[in-house]
Amino acid sequence: MVNNVKIEIRGLSVSYGLRPALHGISLDIPARGIFAIIGPANSGKSTLLKCVNRTVEFERGARVRGEVRIDGVNVFRSGNVYALRRRIGMVFPLPVGLPLSVYDNVAYAPRMAGLRDRRALDDVVERCLRQAALWEEVKDRLTSLGTLLSGGQQQRLTIARALSHDPEILCLDEFSIAIDPVTTMRIEDVLTQLKSRMTIVLVTNLVQQARRLGDLTCFLNRGEVVQVDRTAMIFSDRPGNQLTYDYTRGIFG
Amino acid sequence: MNDPVVPAPALSLFRATSFTRKKIRVQKAAGILFGAMACALLVPLLALVVYLVVNAWPALTWEFLTDVPQGGMRRGGIWPALIGTLYLVVFSRLFSTPVGVLAGVYLNEYAKDNWLTRVVNLAVVNLAGVPSIVHALFGVGAFVIFAGLGKSVLAASLTLAIMTLPVMIVATREALAAVPMAFRVACWNLGASRWQTIRTIVLPNSIGGILTGVILEVCRAAGETAPIMFTGAIFFKAVERWDFFPYSPREQCMALSYHLHAISTQVPGVPEPMLYATAVVLLGFVLAFNSLAIVVRFRMRQRKKW
Repeated sequence: MVNNVKIEIRGLSVSYGLRPALHGISLDIPARGIFAIIGPANSGKSTLLKCVNRTVEFERGARVRGEVRIDGVNVFRSGNVYALRRRIGMVFPLPVGLPLSVYDNVAYAPRMAGLRDRRALDDVVERCLRQAALWEEVKDRLTSLGTLLSGGQQQRLTIARALSHDPEILCLDEFSIAIDPVTTMRIEDVLTQLKSRMTIVLVTNLVQQARRLGDLTCFLNRGEVVQVDRTAMIFSDRPGNQLTYDYTRGIFG
Repeated sequence: MNDPVVPAPALSLFRATSFTRKKIRVQKAAGILFGAMACALLVPLLALVVYLVVNAWPALTWEFLTDVPQGGMRRGGIWPALIGTLYLVVFSRLFSTPVGVLAGVYLNEYAKDNWLTRVVNLAVVNLAGVPSIVHALFGVGAFVIFAGLGKSVLAASLTLAIMTLPVMIVATREALAAVPMAFRVACWNLGASRWQTIRTIVLPNSIGGILTGVILEVCRAAGETAPIMFTGAIFFKAVERWDFFPYSPREQCMALSYHLHAISTQVPGVPEPMLYATAVVLLGFVLAFNSLAIVVRFRMRQRKKW
C-alpha cells in the first residue's frame, strides 16, 4: 500500500521495571485510514499507544528506548509535550466523563490550550459532539454533568473530547468494551467517516472489529510484531503466518 | 395454569441447617455487641456536657462572655481570653494552612517515589507523633529565643502551626487521593499540564476534604494548652470590654485553655460555676467547629460529581 507515513516506530522497547512490554518493534503507520492493532492481553498494544503521545512517562518505572516519529519528528525529543498531545486524540477502554458539564468536558482541551473566545468554543463543542454522534442526545442539557451520562454516551463524550483539539491522529484503545453493540456500531460509523481526514489507530480485542474497520491490521504478540498487512490479507485463509491464522480463527494458544 | 410443583430436593436447599442457624445467631450477637460499643461512645460525651453545663449554669450568661475578668479573676468574664484564643487560631491557621495544603499537593500530585519523598513522609508521620509539650519546648527554643520573637502571639501561633502541620498535610493528601486517577490521566491526554489538571479538576473536587482538615485543626489549636504555655500565653492582661484588637502580634495574649488552667490551679477562691463556665465555652468552641466540619462534609457529599 503506497501512502505517506504518519507515524514511524523504530526499535521501540518499553519495560515496566523488570517486566518488558515491547521488544524493539518497528512499524509504519500511514497517514489517514484506520490502522487496527490486534493481539492477546499483555502483547503491548496499550503501551504502544501510550508511547505515541508520551503518556507512558506517567507509568511507574517505565523505561523507553527507540523512537516514535510523527511526521519525521521523534516525539521523545519534542520539547513541547503539551503541543504533541494536542495533535493526538486518545480514547481509553473505560469512558471517563470529567466531573464538569458536558460543554466544559468538550471545551476542556481548547481552554487548556488557551482558547477563551466563547463563540469559538461554542463552535468546537457543537462540531465535536456532532462528529461523535452525541449532539442530538445532549444538545438540550449541555450544562448537566458529563459524569451523569450513560456509559455509551460518556464514551462518545470522550471521543468528542478527543476530537476537540482537532487532532491529526486519533488513538482508540478498546473503546467498545464497556458499551453496548448499538452504540459501538454508531461509533464505528463515526470512525469510518473520520478516517479520510485523520490517522486512526484502533487497538481492539475484537478481531471482527479490526476486520470491519481496519485498512491495515497489525498483529502484536508478546511485545513483538507478528505481522502487518492489508486487513483482507490478515483475515484471509492464507495470511502467510501460522500464528496470525490461529489468532484470527480463535484457535490460538 | 397449575401451581408449579417444587420438587422435594429443591425445597431442602432452603431449609435451615444447624450450621445456618448458628451463623444467624452469631450474626445477631455481633450486631448487638458492635452496636452497643458504638452507643457507648455517646455516654462519656453526654455525661461530660451535662455535668459541665449543670455546674456552670449560674455563671453562664452573655455578660460572662463579653465582660473582662475582675477582682483578681474571681468576678467578671472571659472576653480577653476568648479574643486571645481567636488570635492564636487565626494566626496559626495563616501559617499552617498554606504550608500544609501546598506540601500535601506536592506530595500527592508531583512527588516521585524516591528517597526524598520517603524521608518527607517519614518526617510527617513522626512530627504527628511528637507530644504537644515537646512542641512547646521546641517553640521556646526556635521561636521565642532563636528567632527572637519573645513570648508572643506570633511565637505561640507558630508553635501551634508546627504542631498541626502533619495533620493538615495528611488531610490534604487524603482529600486529593479521593479524586480518581482516571480524571488526571484523561486531562494529561488532552494536553493539560499537571498544574492545569490540579487547578481545574483535582482541587475543586477535594476542597471540601481539605476544609474539613482545616476546621478540625482549628479545634486542636484552640484546645491545646501546653504549646502556648511557654511561648505566648499570659496570665492576665487588662483589656477593654468589646475590644476586638487588644493584642499586637508581638505581645503575649490570654487564651481560653490557659485561662482555664490558671483559674483552676493558680487562683484561690474562684467561684466554681466560673470554672465550669470557662470549660463550657472552650468545649462549645470546639463542638461548634466540629459541627461546621460535619456540615461541610455533608454538603460536599451532596455535590459529589461522580
